[in-house]
Amino acid sequence: MSQPLVSARGLVKQYGEFVAVDDIDFEVERGEAFGFLGPNGAGKSTTMRMIGCVSPLSAGTLQIFGMDVSTHGRQIRARLGVVPQLDTLDNELSVMENLIVYGRYFDIPRAECRRRAKELLEFVQLSERADSIVDQLSGGMKRRLSITRSLINEPDLLLLDEPTTGLDPQARHVLWDRLYRLKADGVTLIITTHYMDEAEQLCDRLVVMDGGRIVASGSPRSLIEQHSSREVLELRFTPNGDSPSGPDMSGIGERVEVLPDRTLVYADDGEAALAAVHARGVLPISSLVRRASLEDVFLHLTGRTLVD
Amino acid sequence: MAMATPGPVRVAFWHATLFRRMWLRNLLASIVQPLLYLLGLGVGVGSLVNRTSRATNILGGVSYVSYIAPALMVTTAMALAATESLWPIMGGFVWQRSYFGISATPLGPGDIVGGHALWMALRCVVASTAVAIVLTLFSDARDWGLIPGIAAAALTGMAFAMPLMAFSIPRKTDGGFAAMNRFLIIPLFLFGGAFYPITQLPVWLQTVVKVLPLWHGVELARGFTLGHLSGSAGLGHVTVLLGWIVAGTVLSHRLMRKRLYV
Ligand SMILES: Nc1ncnc2c1ncn2[C@@H]1O[C@H](COP(=O)(O)OP(=O)(O)OP(=O)(O)O)[C@@H](O)[C@H]1O
Ligand SMILES: [Mg+2]
Repeated sequence: MSQPLVSARGLVKQYGEFVAVDDIDFEVERGEAFGFLGPNGAGKSTTMRMIGCVSPLSAGTLQIFGMDVSTHGRQIRARLGVVPQLDTLDNELSVMENLIVYGRYFDIPRAECRRRAKELLEFVQLSERADSIVDQLSGGMKRRLSITRSLINEPDLLLLDEPTTGLDPQARHVLWDRLYRLKADGVTLIITTHYMDEAEQLCDRLVVMDGGRIVASGSPRSLIEQHSSREVLELRFTPNGDSPSGPDMSGIGERVEVLPDRTLVYADDGEAALAAVHARGVLPISSLVRRASLEDVFLHLTGRTLVD
Repeated sequence: MAMATPGPVRVAFWHATLFRRMWLRNLLASIVQPLLYLLGLGVGVGSLVNRTSRATNILGGVSYVSYIAPALMVTTAMALAATESLWPIMGGFVWQRSYFGISATPLGPGDIVGGHALWMALRCVVASTAVAIVLTLFSDARDWGLIPGIAAAALTGMAFAMPLMAFSIPRKTDGGFAAMNRFLIIPLFLFGGAFYPITQLPVWLQTVVKVLPLWHGVELARGFTLGHLSGSAGLGHVTVLLGWIVAGTVLSHRLMRKRLYV
């Protein structure tokens, strides 16, 4: 086996006393799409910033392209594309100027920047806005420009921190398609997202973080198999004050999870679970049997109220 | 193989791109202000000063316009450095966040600080050259010494730009910037030796003024145009200015690294 593109051992990031990333290990293979999932504050962006060589490690080792981040930041960053969680665009410059200026940071000749920029803008459907001042773009368009800009140096590894936040569904699908094609061209992707469908669609492998630690890892399929039943029965009840935990459904399915707006029953056979619910005389206002998804794994692992 | 463009030059290209949209307004502002002072003070105050021999003696026997003209190049550079090294630096971290964008590329804190220095040097040279050209319209101000005066002005601009950059880098809010203008830049403009010799000031204030860069730049530029600069005095002034530039640059670099790499 060739060595992994990214390899983290015992990675720790502390801000004063506070431990944001707490001793994590992971490896990303060349050509893979790797995802970080986790609730707000889990430490995803902090990890991404360490991979981006802009956040010194508090402990552990992190190697990218076989080089150490603490000694070879410059060389590593030259081959990275970075889409940070918060845009860092030059708002007073035009779309094209943003791309050219950024390309110059990598010492790409101006004419070449322009050529690549044209091609990339085509790709994210922003060509007509090439001469618009960034300040006048919508939030989603700015996001698309950030993504475009990260590709100007034809990176080997692309770091995408919540790339599709703020994008409309159509733009998200365009981006997904774009990322598939990059992956097909051999670009390695590391993505954080709060959209489970996105993670399921894009990631070959992912880790779920919570409180700075990795609480699960694997392919979307294997995570679902490990942490959830095959099917999920979703029930909605009329809101009622007297029993906040909902009707008693103990013993039905493998696990029951009560969420603010609905109750989830994890069972390999959802229809059978529904029949059992009905047999108890419990009458939901609506019910739905579906296949288990990554969302269920996420809810389970990052600890919403569990009722066994 | 082509040689790599130095990092600071790449960052300066960014500054230049931003500047493209506003260069005319900026250059005009740089010229209009000194012109107003030259007309307002040079002609108004000058008509009073030039009549009394005692005042003329204190100025070293020259007309008031000849006296303040070289200083106006230097104060222009100081004002330029102040506008470009306070709010815009904070914008790079807080508003536009451009510095974080740059730090995601092969470039680092040294390139950002170096880019600012390079860009400020260029701006100061251009602005003080423009002022020098305007000064040549006045017969009393016209002198070959204006040419080395440009270098004195640029050096002074840098001696403000780099320490002010260091001041701005760690700021989380822009609260200190207005105070910096009010309590340092404007007082120096008035008391820093541009409009009258600092020997007119109380001794303690003279000491303060001699520590800060403006007076050294003014004395240097004036020494060039009035032709009374001794080698050792010139060297002294240049040393102080360089000291401020080096200290400001080194400190900026350290603070920039600390703020970017968290
Ligand atoms: N510069 C900093 N100083 C102090 N604490 C920080 C700093 N940056 C991040 N943190 C803390 O580290 C923790 C992890 O933050 P991080 O941004 O990595 O979370 P995240 O998983 O990306 O969350 P989100 O989904 O909201 O983006 C948070 O508790 C945050 O408050
Ligand atoms: Mg984040």
